[in-house]
Amino acid sequence: MRLMRSSSIKSWGLAIALVLICLALSLAKPGFLTIPNLLNVMRQISINGILAVGVTYVILTGGVDLSLGSLVAVSGVVAASLAHPNQHVLALPVLLGVLTGTLGGALNGLVVTRGKVAPFIATLGMMTVARGLALVLSSGRPVSNLSTEFTRLGGDLAGVPIPLIVLAVIACLSAVFLQNLRLGRYIYAVGGNDLAATASGINVAAVKMFSYGTCGALAGVAGVVLAARITTGQPNAGVGYELDAIAAVVIGGTSLSGGVGSIGGTILGALLIGVINNGLDLLNVTSYYQSIVKGVIIVGAVWLDQKQNKS
Amino acid sequence: MSGRPILHVRNLCKSFPGAQVLTNVSLDVQVGTVHAMMGENGAGKSTLMKILVGLHTRDAGEILFKGQPWRIKNPHDALKRGVAMIHQELLPFRNLSVAENITMGREPTRWFPGWIDRPALAREATRVLDRLGSPLAPGRKMMDLSVAEMQTVEIAKALAYDASLIIMDEPTSAISQREVDALFNLIRDLKQRGVTVIYISHKMDEIFRIADAITVLRDGYHITTRPASELDDRQLISLMVGRELAPPAAARSASQREPALEVHRLTLPGKFHDISFTLHRGEILGIAGLMGAGRTELVSAIYGLAPAASGEIRIRGRQLTITSPAAAIAAGIALVSEDRKLFGLVPRMSVQHNLTLSSLRQHWINRQREAALADAQIQTFAIKVAGRHQRVMHLSGGNQQKVVLAKALLSNPDILILDEPTRGIDIGAKTEIYALINRLANVGTAVLLVSSELPELLLLSDRLLVMRQGQLSARFDTRQTSPQEILKFAMPA
Repeated sequence: MRLMRSSSIKSWGLAIALVLICLALSLAKPGFLTIPNLLNVMRQISINGILAVGVTYVILTGGVDLSLGSLVAVSGVVAASLAHPNQHVLALPVLLGVLTGTLGGALNGLVVTRGKVAPFIATLGMMTVARGLALVLSSGRPVSNLSTEFTRLGGDLAGVPIPLIVLAVIACLSAVFLQNLRLGRYIYAVGGNDLAATASGINVAAVKMFSYGTCGALAGVAGVVLAARITTGQPNAGVGYELDAIAAVVIGGTSLSGGVGSIGGTILGALLIGVINNGLDLLNVTSYYQSIVKGVIIVGAVWLDQKQNKS
Repeated sequence: MSGRPILHVRNLCKSFPGAQVLTNVSLDVQVGTVHAMMGENGAGKSTLMKILVGLHTRDAGEILFKGQPWRIKNPHDALKRGVAMIHQELLPFRNLSVAENITMGREPTRWFPGWIDRPALAREATRVLDRLGSPLAPGRKMMDLSVAEMQTVEIAKALAYDASLIIMDEPTSAISQREVDALFNLIRDLKQRGVTVIYISHKMDEIFRIADAITVLRDGYHITTRPASELDDRQLISLMVGRELAPPAAARSASQREPALEVHRLTLPGKFHDISFTLHRGEILGIAGLMGAGRTELVSAIYGLAPAASGEIRIRGRQLTITSPAAAIAAGIALVSEDRKLFGLVPRMSVQHNLTLSSLRQHWINRQREAALADAQIQTFAIKVAGRHQRVMHLSGGNQQKVVLAKALLSNPDILILDEPTRGIDIGAKTEIYALINRLANVGTAVLLVSSELPELLLLSDRLLVMRQGQLSARFDTRQTSPQEILKFAMPA
């Protein structure tokens, strides 16, 4: 539980809420608390979890990244087009997919730091550009006929979904990074007060560049994993994913104004969204209502959080 | 003068967390007079005025306005009841017109509530501007006006509300001499109409030109209220500076010491010009001057926050180009900024993380060592905290300032720049910080001390520089000068 120390009270409240919801669901639907179903929940939250961890870096600096969904698509298309059977060694599509996302993120960072364009606008632009790029690269058609080595990345390893393993590794590394590395500390300082950070000798632009770049890289990872899971590079994949990721971060107690938050919180936020989606599915609630419920929970969580912060 | 007070203040008290700013202040302001408020920075003038217009609440005491108890919630409330304040930093609605600004908050309406009667609005604005004899066109956008014209609009707005008491906070700090003359004519005209003006300024000549009565505040206490005719510059300055000063600390002979920081012909156009001085190891060099004299800009340039356009900086004899705080820190310079909220602290971070922020040398943070360092600093500086994990925003002003100082010193600087290190903190914390500064100098740290408090400068510094309008106007050996002499060189000629 060390991951969530810096905002312990909030995360505990969230953790308790999560446990209560799980308890209620397992009472209402015995099917909920079974290993296949729980693995299913994990499989569903993996992509969103990876994106949410990535955008946590950016939101901690006081920014935002709206281009995630499009970066997922373009990275997936790039990886898929290099992953036909017997085309290249597995490492190549994976690395180039991740690199594509990284470049997109770095470009976001450059526009924000050098161009001094507001993050919302800069990444909104990238969202459209990257989507267009995905369509151009794939001529608007799904890239299919992928090698089995590649698609296995979306499957299981010894019964555990590989996307979940990827998420777990990324989340642990990120939590350690933000807690124990100097650069991680600087990310909090930049988001908390960028003038004071500058006066403390911190290169604020470099810190922001790193955050946007990392966020893009993780979008690339998510794109590769998603392409492997759905066994195609879909230029239309990932629409709206950025909003789910931001929702998980915000529910997890990270402040949109920057400087406060944790990876532990973000993971709990992603879990909460996943469990509620799954629960509503089990209860046979249609997706129309699911959308309404999710919206109410996002706003409610932030409202509660602010009330807590004031007292 | 009728001898009837329009404003009657008795035993007013106000404290902020960590500092008592007004203590039992009592004074009367007579109807139809221009009443000057004088005092050093931090004397409590602004706080008193902000209480009058409802920006702060009082802790205790009585205020009568026109004989009635004065209970208001906010500045608009004050304005409606006849008290207007014209702030030093004007905050107009820049994209709206002169007429819209004048009638803001009481727009004439017609047809149904909320529908603005534009012709009536223009008529009202014209009426008030005519009354002031101002040639301003009501339709002009505020953003196109000069500072002086914006002031006129503010005064017109006050008149539109039939204000009988107008408070002006340093109205001449940003306007030309000709505009000052126009403003004074306007003030005399207001007086004729029975409007009372409370006038805050640091400029002696203006005070004696315009004021009927003068009140002096010092350290939150009311010192005196007298007719202006009974005072002259000298008396006024000694009333403002007041207290007996402790003799300067044991003299450190700076002359034989090696130079730590040499500044040669440093210039940033519009901020400071042609500044040269040498700061030695183990020396405290004070910089005196009024607000806006360019002192903060000068030290910000040395620290690399806003580098100078020309000139040289030498550190321990080596010429360096410092273009970022990171470079300054690497060269052994630390800065304690005058604005700790803006430049000193990350408010939502813990005390520990703030303390170590500019001293993290390795990529991997050794958290045990960091905690030990933080605890040591908390103890050395007697910072009152619930624990090192407490968020710095929850500390009192004095303790926040100690965090900023402790943070600066954790990087082991050879050269320590202190910009208003005791602003807004109480006398106890001040004394501790003074002792600390002396200790540092005694172990060889070179200290550059910017302060608006003369007693502080006289108490601590070995030598003094005085800045006026961006230039060095005088250099003194602290033991051979007086507050009066320093103020003479600090005031605009």
